[in-house]
Amino acid sequence: MKIRALGVVFLLLFSLLFINCAYAESATPADSSIPWWVWPLILFVATFILGVLAVLGGVGGGVLFVPIVGGFFPFNMDFVRGAGLFVALSGALAAGPGLLKKGFADLRLAMPLALIASASSIIGAMIGLALPSNIVNIALGITILMIVVIMLLAKKSEYPEVKKADALSQALRISGIYHEISTGKEIEWKVHRTPQALFLFVAIGIMAGMFGLGAGWANVPVLNLLMGAPLKVSVATSKFLLSITDTSAAWIYLNNGAVLPMIVVPSIIGIMLGSVVGVRILAVAKPKIVRYIVIGMLLFAGLRALLKGLGIWK
Amino acid sequence: MTVDKNVKEEQIVYAKWLDWGMKIGLILLILTFIIYITGILSPQIPISELPKYWKMKAYEYLLSAGLHPGWAWLKLIIKSDFLNFVPIAILGGITILCYIRILPIFLKKKDIVYFIFSIIECFILILAASGILHIGGH
Repeated sequence: MKIRALGVVFLLLFSLLFINCAYAESATPADSSIPWWVWPLILFVATFILGVLAVLGGVGGGVLFVPIVGGFFPFNMDFVRGAGLFVALSGALAAGPGLLKKGFADLRLAMPLALIASASSIIGAMIGLALPSNIVNIALGITILMIVVIMLLAKKSEYPEVKKADALSQALRISGIYHEISTGKEIEWKVHRTPQALFLFVAIGIMAGMFGLGAGWANVPVLNLLMGAPLKVSVATSKFLLSITDTSAAWIYLNNGAVLPMIVVPSIIGIMLGSVVGVRILAVAKPKIVRYIVIGMLLFAGLRALLKGLGIWK
Repeated sequence: MTVDKNVKEEQIVYAKWLDWGMKIGLILLILTFIIYITGILSPQIPISELPKYWKMKAYEYLLSAGLHPGWAWLKLIIKSDFLNFVPIAILGGITILCYIRILPIFLKKKDIVYFIFSIIECFILILAASGILHIGGH
C-alpha cells in the first residue's frame, strides 16, 4: 500500500514536470539539442534503479550514485557530489529511527566515531570543492576501484570474538545487548581496538566529504572486523553514522553553491523509491548474482571516473 | 514501531526526533519541488537555463548567476528554486536538533563524557552549517 502511494506521488511529480516542459523552452540555450528536462527525468529513472540495486547489493546509494551520475551525466562533479551527500544523508535519516529503536544501531558506539568522522568530512568537503574536476575524478576513480577490491576481499563476521574490551571502550561504556530475531536470543557485545578505529575514521570522514560518498563500505569493515561489533550492529550503526558524517559535509556543499534542487530532489526521491522496491525484491533475489552486478557497475564507473580524470575517456 | 527493552532513553528520544524531522523534511521536499516544477512561483534562475550552470564548478555557478554563498539563499526564499532549500536545510539540520535534545538527558544521568561529546558534535555541525567556511573563488 505504501509503495503504491509513493508510486502515485512520484508519477504525479513527474507528470507535472512533463506538463511544465510543455510551457518551457524545449531546448537548452547552452549547446545541447537535448531538452533540459530529459536529464532530471533520466536521473530519476537511473537513481530508482540504483536504489533497487543498492539494497540488493548491500551497499549505500551514495557509493553508486556519485561515480555513475558523475560519469554519465552532464553535471559538474561539484553538483554530483553535493547531491550524492544528500542522497546518502536522506537514506541514513530514513533508516536511522528504526535501527535506533530496535537497538541494532548503537548511539554510544556511534557518537565518538561520528565526532571524528564529521569533523574530518568538513575538511574532505573543502578539499573536494577546491580541487579541479579532473583531479577529483582521478582520486574518485582510484577510491571506487579500491572499494571494489574491499568488496571482493573483505570477509564478514556475524559474531566476532572480542575476548576483552579495550580500555577506551570500557571508559566510554561502549557495549550493548540486542535481540536477535532469527534465533530469539539476546546478543551481548563489546568492542576492542577503539583507538585504531578512531584513527581510521579520520580517513573515512575525509573520503566521505571529498567524494560525496556515503561511507558504509568503509564503516562496516572497521566496526565489524576491526572493533568486533556483531555484523547487524555494525551495518546498522554504520547506516546511522552516515546521518552525522554526511550532515557536516552536506552543509559545506550547500553553503558553497554545490546543491541544485533539480539534481538533488529527483535523486533523493528516485533512490528512496528504488530502495523501497529493492527491499520487496530482496526476498526473491539471488544475493550473489546481484552482488557481482553491483561490483561490475562500480568497476565500470570507477574506471570511467579514472579515465575521464586522465583525459583518456572524455 | 516497537522499541527494544535494552535501548537507552537518549537513543529512543534521538530516534523519535530524527523520525519526525526526516518525515517533515521529506514531505516538504516533495511539496516545494512540485511548486518549483509547476511554476506556481517563479524561480530565480529560469529552469531552461540550468544546463548552462550545472556544467560549471560550484563557485563559477555562484559568480555567473550572481548568487552569494552561505545563507544568502534565505533572501531568495520566495523564488521557487530557493524554496527547495528549506526542506534541504531541514534534512541537514535534524541531526543538530537531535544532539541538542539529548544534552539534558546526558546531564541528568551525569554522563559528562557523552555530554561533552554532544556539545562538541553540535559545535562541529553548527560550524559546517554556519556558512563561515567558504571555498573557491568567491
